[in-house]
Amino acid sequence: MNKIVLGIVVGGVLGVFDGLTAWFTPEVRPQILQIIVGSTFKGLVAGLLIGYFARKVDSMSATLVFGVVLASFFAYLVAAQMGKYYFEVMLPGAIVGLLTGYATQRYGRTPAPSAG
Amino acid sequence: MTLGDAAVSRLRALFAAPDTAGTRYRVVGPLGAGGMATVWEADDTVLARRVALKILDAADATPERIERLLAEARVLASLEHPGIVPVHDAGLLPDGRAFCAMKKVEGESLSAAAARLPSAAARLRVFLRICETVAFAHARGVLHRDLKPSNVMIGPFGEVLVVDWGLAAGAEEAKAGGTVAGTPGYMAPEQARGEPVDARADVFSLGVLLKDLLSADGVRPDRRLAAVVAKATAPDHAARYLDVTALAADVTRALDGEAVSALPEGPFARGARLLRRHRVAVLLVLAYLLVRGFILLFR
Repeated sequence: MNKIVLGIVVGGVLGVFDGLTAWFTPEVRPQILQIIVGSTFKGLVAGLLIGYFARKVDSMSATLVFGVVLASFFAYLVAAQMGKYYFEVMLPGAIVGLLTGYATQRYGRTPAPSAG
Repeated sequence: MTLGDAAVSRLRALFAAPDTAGTRYRVVGPLGAGGMATVWEADDTVLARRVALKILDAADATPERIERLLAEARVLASLEHPGIVPVHDAGLLPDGRAFCAMKKVEGESLSAAAARLPSAAARLRVFLRICETVAFAHARGVLHRDLKPSNVMIGPFGEVLVVDWGLAAGAEEAKAGGTVAGTPGYMAPEQARGEPVDARADVFSLGVLLKDLLSADGVRPDRRLAAVVAKATAPDHAARYLDVTALAADVTRALDGEAVSALPEGPFARGARLLRRHRVAVLLVLAYLLVRGFILLFR
């Protein structure tokens, strides 16, 4: 699987899972559907950008840093909307970015340059 | 008056030096000696390049040995491969000795270089290059029959060359059997008994060579590679890998952290291997779950 597609898949799956964990927080449970949709969308966009970065920059450490920074930034935007839960949203978000960056660089394939 | 050791050596070398007068080659000095021939460094005066001249020793220049050396040259000429030293010329010198002119290879033998290779993975990659060359020869119907670390050269740029094809035989000749030739310790049991041999005799030698490479740093090889060595060096040729390609495929799988055909694994061993192979991803997932659990429990 190429790095961009893998980034989207991993980001999307982790986004769904991350959104589902909101069910354990009773005060936000009524908005669980919006949270899952938002988290999935965030994961897909982050996965796409991390996958694109991983393809352009063939470096594990650079991709990990990019993944953490990007996912933390997206998580910050989500937390800022709520005005609270910065730590609870940003810390797992950063690990999700780390995991997406690692997975795309470690398991994704870079397409061979076309001849001619 | 008595002659010193150095003087005796010089006289001996002078006596053994081949007569290349009237040929395009000018001998520079000896490079190394084998069982029945000496390899000399020489200048090819026509093409102005250094070559290696393998020349039968004077005392051994019987018609059979002359034919053997020329046969080796023909085998080499039929095997054009980056892992095989190209032969430029062959024939008889004015003194009647057979010679074979080859590219002069820089570098050192694997037996000398193995311990300096940086890791077991680097040694395995060298081994795979040897396998590629031997598999190529087998595909052309040629068995080496004397594979060992001293018959592999490592060039200054990492080139891997399989040398000394003096015992090489075509598949038909090898099937006939009847001759015992090779290096004890590296020879397959059936080859040592003078029985007919096939590609699995070279598989055996490669298995011993692999064992040498794996033990070069004194570290015990992992179970999968130990199983590969055991299968390659099985005393019964029927229990070995069918060919060198199958052996190389198993080594590649071991190098990639995958299961090898030589060591069937159960579900627990498979699970443990997969966990080891993907340990970073597994640790990251665990870290995520721990953080999530921690937040839920202590918020």
